[in-house]
Amino acid sequence: MDTLGYLAHGFAVAFTPTNLLWCLLGTTLGTAIGVLPGLGPALTIALLLPITYQVAPEASFILFAGIYYGAMYGGSTTSILLNTPGESATIVTALEGNRMARSGRGGAALATSAIGSFVAGTLGTLGVAFLAPIVVKFALAFGPAEYFSLMVLAFITVSAVLGSSSVRGLTSLFAGFVIGMIGVDLQTGQPRFTFGMGELLDGVDVIVVAVGLFAVGETLYMASRRYAGRDEIVPLKGSLYMTAAEWARSWKPWLRGAAIGFPIGAMPAGGAEIPTFLSYAIEKKLSKHKEEFGTVGAIEGVAGPEAANNASAAGVLVPMLTLGLPTSATAAIMLSAFQSYGINPGPLLLTTQANLVWGLIASLFIANVILVILNLPLIGLWVRLLKIPAPQLYAGILVFATVGTYGISQSPIDLVILYLLGAAGFLMRRFDFPTAPVIIGMILGPLAETQFRRAMTIANGDWTVFYRHPLSLTLLTLAFIGLAGPHIWAYVERRRLRGPEHVPGDA
Amino acid sequence: MSTSDQQASPPRLAIPELLIGVGLLACAGAVAWQTLAIPVSPLYSKVGPKIFPYITMAGMVILSLLLILAAVRGGWQPEEEKETPTDRKAMGFVVAGLVANLLLIQPLGFTVASVIMFVLVCFGFGSRHPLRDALLGLVLALAAYFGFARALGVNIGAGLIENQLNALVNAVFGIGRG
Repeated sequence: MDTLGYLAHGFAVAFTPTNLLWCLLGTTLGTAIGVLPGLGPALTIALLLPITYQVAPEASFILFAGIYYGAMYGGSTTSILLNTPGESATIVTALEGNRMARSGRGGAALATSAIGSFVAGTLGTLGVAFLAPIVVKFALAFGPAEYFSLMVLAFITVSAVLGSSSVRGLTSLFAGFVIGMIGVDLQTGQPRFTFGMGELLDGVDVIVVAVGLFAVGETLYMASRRYAGRDEIVPLKGSLYMTAAEWARSWKPWLRGAAIGFPIGAMPAGGAEIPTFLSYAIEKKLSKHKEEFGTVGAIEGVAGPEAANNASAAGVLVPMLTLGLPTSATAAIMLSAFQSYGINPGPLLLTTQANLVWGLIASLFIANVILVILNLPLIGLWVRLLKIPAPQLYAGILVFATVGTYGISQSPIDLVILYLLGAAGFLMRRFDFPTAPVIIGMILGPLAETQFRRAMTIANGDWTVFYRHPLSLTLLTLAFIGLAGPHIWAYVERRRLRGPEHVPGDA
Repeated sequence: MSTSDQQASPPRLAIPELLIGVGLLACAGAVAWQTLAIPVSPLYSKVGPKIFPYITMAGMVILSLLLILAAVRGGWQPEEEKETPTDRKAMGFVVAGLVANLLLIQPLGFTVASVIMFVLVCFGFGSRHPLRDALLGLVLALAAYFGFARALGVNIGAGLIENQLNALVNAVFGIGRG
C-alpha cells in the first residue's frame, strides 16, 4: 500500500464513533489546558498515562494527539488575551497578538491564529503522512551505532543548541540521565542508583518527574512571584470574522510559517521556539505595515508564528514515529506511552502498527477541524476559563498532581520524590535551567544506553565503531558542530570585532 | 555575609549559583558512589552497566565545574528573576499544604488530605475564604477521586469519606440493579 492507501485505512480507523469521541475529548481537554496558565500538554498527558492500561493503543494515542494539538490552539488564546504565554511556543504570539487585543482587534488576532493553526496543522500533518515513509527507508539502514549517534545529536540539539545556555541545558539533560538510570538495569538485572531502597527498584515513573517539575515546581514558582504582579485579561473585542484585508495579510504568513515550522520540527532537533522566532523575523521584514509591529500589533506577526508553531508540532511527530526519537517533553512522554503498550517506536512501526500510526495521523486531520470549531465559535467559553482565580487554579492542580502520583503505587515515597522534584523544578525556573531536557534525558537516556551497549557488544568493545561507520561519524560531527560551533563562532566574531591592532605579534 | 572575595573581584561571586554548582558536584559524587556499588559480573565487564553511569558522572563533573566558574564570574540568574523578591510567606503556605498532604494521606485518606492541602495552598496564594475553599476543595477532590482516578483505574488510598461514599455508590447501584 502507498501513503494514500494507508491514509484511507487510517481514516477508517479514526472515523469509528469511539475514536471520534476520544478525539473530541482530547481536543477539548487540550484546548482547556492550553488556555489555563500553569498546565501544559506534557503534564496533562503524563497524568493521563495510566489510561494506557485501560484502553486500546489507538484510543489513547488519539486522545494524546488531540491534547497535543489542542494545547497549541489554546495556548495562543492565552497569549493574545493575557500576554502570559500559555506555552513556550506561543511567546512570539504574545508579542503582536496581545498588542492587537489591546488596540481592540483581539477578535482578528484569535481568528488568524486559529485559522492559521488549522492551515499549518493540516499541512504539517500531510507532511507527516508523506515524509514518515521516506524517513523510514533511511532509518532501516541504521544500526545500533547510528542510532546512538543520532540520539547524541538529538541530546545536543534539544539541550545545548536551543535555549539560553548550553551548560545549563546539558545539566538538565544529565539530571534526566541519572533519573532514567534509577532502577534495574534491563540487560544485566543489576539494581542501579537505588540507594538501597526497594521502592526505587522499579525506577522513577515519568509521571512523577513530569508532575513534579511541571505542576509542583510551577505552583511553587507562581507562589514565590506574587510580588511580580499579574497580567490582566484584555476583554475580547473586535469581530471574529476577518476582513478581506486581514485575510489578504494573513494567508501568505500562514503558508510561510508552515514552510518554516514543519522542516525544523521534523529535524532531530525539534523545538517550536526557533521556527516561531524565525517566522516572526521574516514577517516583520516582509510586511508592508512595519509601523504596526510593536505598536498596535501586526496581524502578520500573529499569523506567521502561530502557523510555524503548529507545523513544527506536527513535524516533531516524524522523528517520534519513525525513529522513536522524541525531541520535546510531550513527545518523550508519548514515547513512554508506547513503551507502556510494549510497542517500540522505530522504522517498523509504520508497517507493524499500521492501524495505530495511520489512525493517529488521520485523527490529527480530524482534530484540526474540531479545533478550529472549538476555538472560534466557542471562544467565549475558553475566555471564561481564563478567569479562574489563581489560588483555586493552583490548589486544584496540586490535587490532581496528588491523584496522578499517589495513584501509581500508593507509596508516600512517590510523594516525597514528587516534592523534591518540585523543589528542583522551582529552582530551575528561578535560575533559568530548561526543564524539557530532564524529561527527554530520562526517557531517551536508557534507550541511548541500550544502543550504545549493543553497538559496543557487536564491535567487541571497540570504541572506534562510532566513527568508523560513515553515517554515525556524520551524525557525531553534526552534534559536535552543534555544541562547539556557536562558541567558535563567538570567539571568531570577538577576534574580528577587536581588530588585528589589539593583538600585535599574532601571526 | 560579605566575604573578602566579593570586594576583590569586580564581577561579584554569586552565592546561590555557586551553591547550585557545588550541589551538582555533590550529585556527581553520589553518582560515583552508587556506580561503584553496582555489582558487575565478569561476563559483562566490557560493556556493562557501569559505563553509562561513568560517562554521566564525568559529564556532571565537567558541567558543575563550568557552573562554578560561571558563578565566580557573577552568576547567570536573569535580572528579571533577581529583581523579583521571593514571597516566602506564600511559598511557606504552599509547602505546608504539600507536607500536610504527605503526612495525612495515609491516615486520613486522599479526600481529607486534599481538602487541607487545597485550603492551605489557596491561603498562600492570597485567598481569604478558607471555608469556601474547603468546600471547593472537597468538591474537586471527590470529582478527582470518582471521575479521574476511577476512570483511569488508578487506585488511590481510600479513607473514611471514600469508603462511605463507595458504599453509598455501591448501594445505589445495587438498588438500581435489583
